[in-house]
Amino acid sequence: MGKRRNWYLTLGLVLTGLTVGFGALGLVWTPYSPTAPSAADRLAGPSLAHPFGCDHMGRDVLSRTLSGAGATLSIALAVLAIGFVVGVVIGALCGYYGGVVDALVMRVCDAVAAFPSVLLGLVVIAVIGPGKYNVILALGVLFIPSFARLTRGEFLQYRDRDFIRAARLMGVGGLRILFRHILPNAWPVLLSGLSIGFNNAVLAEASMSYLGIGVIPPDTSLGRMVSEAQSYFVTAPWLVLFPALVMILMILGAGLVGEGVRERMGEG
Amino acid sequence: MKQILKRLGLLAATLLLVTVLAFVAFSILPGDPTNSILGLNATPEQTAALRERLGLDLPLWQRYLNWLGGLLTGQLGQSYLYEMPVSQLLGSRVAVTATLTAMSFGLIVAISLPLGILAARHAGGWIDRVVSVLGQVTMSIPNFLLGFLLTCLFSLILRWFTVGSFSAAAEQGLGAYLGYLFFPALSIALPRAAMTVKLLRGAILGEMGQDYIRTAYSRGNSKGRVLWRFALRNAMIPVITFLAMTVADVVAGSLVVEQVFAVQGIGQMLVSSINSRDYPVVQAIVALIAVVVVASNFAADALYRVMDPRLRQR
Repeated sequence: MGKRRNWYLTLGLVLTGLTVGFGALGLVWTPYSPTAPSAADRLAGPSLAHPFGCDHMGRDVLSRTLSGAGATLSIALAVLAIGFVVGVVIGALCGYYGGVVDALVMRVCDAVAAFPSVLLGLVVIAVIGPGKYNVILALGVLFIPSFARLTRGEFLQYRDRDFIRAARLMGVGGLRILFRHILPNAWPVLLSGLSIGFNNAVLAEASMSYLGIGVIPPDTSLGRMVSEAQSYFVTAPWLVLFPALVMILMILGAGLVGEGVRERMGEG
Repeated sequence: MKQILKRLGLLAATLLLVTVLAFVAFSILPGDPTNSILGLNATPEQTAALRERLGLDLPLWQRYLNWLGGLLTGQLGQSYLYEMPVSQLLGSRVAVTATLTAMSFGLIVAISLPLGILAARHAGGWIDRVVSVLGQVTMSIPNFLLGFLLTCLFSLILRWFTVGSFSAAAEQGLGAYLGYLFFPALSIALPRAAMTVKLLRGAILGEMGQDYIRTAYSRGNSKGRVLWRFALRNAMIPVITFLAMTVADVVAGSLVVEQVFAVQGIGQMLVSSINSRDYPVVQAIVALIAVVVVASNFAADALYRVMDPRLRQR
């Protein structure tokens, strides 16, 4: 058992490192301009000059995959940042203080979390319109409930433990108890929640961009690239292959990390 | 009995809230839908007449009540774009998506139960390891990409079906219709099935470590019998709840996958209506899906109570 546990975490961390590194690189550097068309290179296959080939407008697919991965990554991280920070604060307050507000907030969270994020994302985008920032806003808000529920469960567990009571007796303030005494204990669970959230964020963004209601040109993302490449699937499969591969490895990496963290917790 | 009534009341309240949100969200949008129907050269009289015909001159709450009344009697309003009743527009498409959803769900159950039990039975062995690695990879492939892969293999290489021939297949009879929907259903089902396998395996192994299992062994039951007669019964409780909640994800999945395989279901209609701002259609589809999601969650909760007697007293 010992070996396999490390194997999940290690492989997950390596894959996550590689794909995140790839996306981060794409944000600052690409070999060619990801948007500059070139008539001579239309649908050119993979070659030394263009390792991933060129798309229907002669744009370098490696450059586009790099910047698409960067966009997908930054959208996913921004979504997580909104959902996680707001969700943890709401969940912490609800779990620790309880009461009517807690019951109400959790009802709302249950209702929202019952709907798949792609579906709600679609509805929100239908109302506020597509585009990179609207996608971040929509998904970010939709990710709050799941983190709030997760955090609340953890805080509820620690609320009446002896070490928290002792802290209260010593006159430690509410906020300090929440974030200095309870939060560190909740980290392992929140961490595995983050990896699931990352997966869902990448998936939701990809699905929405694939449907044409996510990122809009000239912005690109991995999902958008797959969507654009669909009609050239037969003649130029590399247009789908490379962005798809990066997307799958990104999700696989985060999934394995989550798996590794969970198994490690189960052991401890 | 009181419990059931309370739950049903809660269900009705949730459904009502969902319809209010679906309606209000699309009704308070800036921009007058009559502009997009009549064009910019319409005279004020034409606009006023159309507004009256569409019922847009009424206050919001009255429009909502009319819409809700229509929803209950199957009248979903008038599409701006196609100028025909939404119910007529959606009729055949709802059937398509419902079939696709049902097939996907059937596949999830058919794939995950045997594999989950097999993996748990041989926990730690090579079957278990292969299932777990394959599952982890399958879970990481978004359903629309899986759709691509299946298209590539079965349509382009093996030529078992032609992408985009759905309406032709539908006319050839039920066999061809269901045959075309098989691969879309598979792309929706596989990632969810992988999750279910993992959950079921974990649940069975969790039960196998309990005291009552040791007692069952001590009374001379074989491993297979202990697993089927004792552990599986309890292990199925979380799995069935998970499956009921999966319905919502399967519906969301079909919205996306319909696009890959060019299946004329409500997903395609939803996306194109969002793009063309045909809000009555969007409202109707959203309300429809919301009802399915809320109802399946209700079913999950009810099933949980029926199966676990410990919960009934509370």
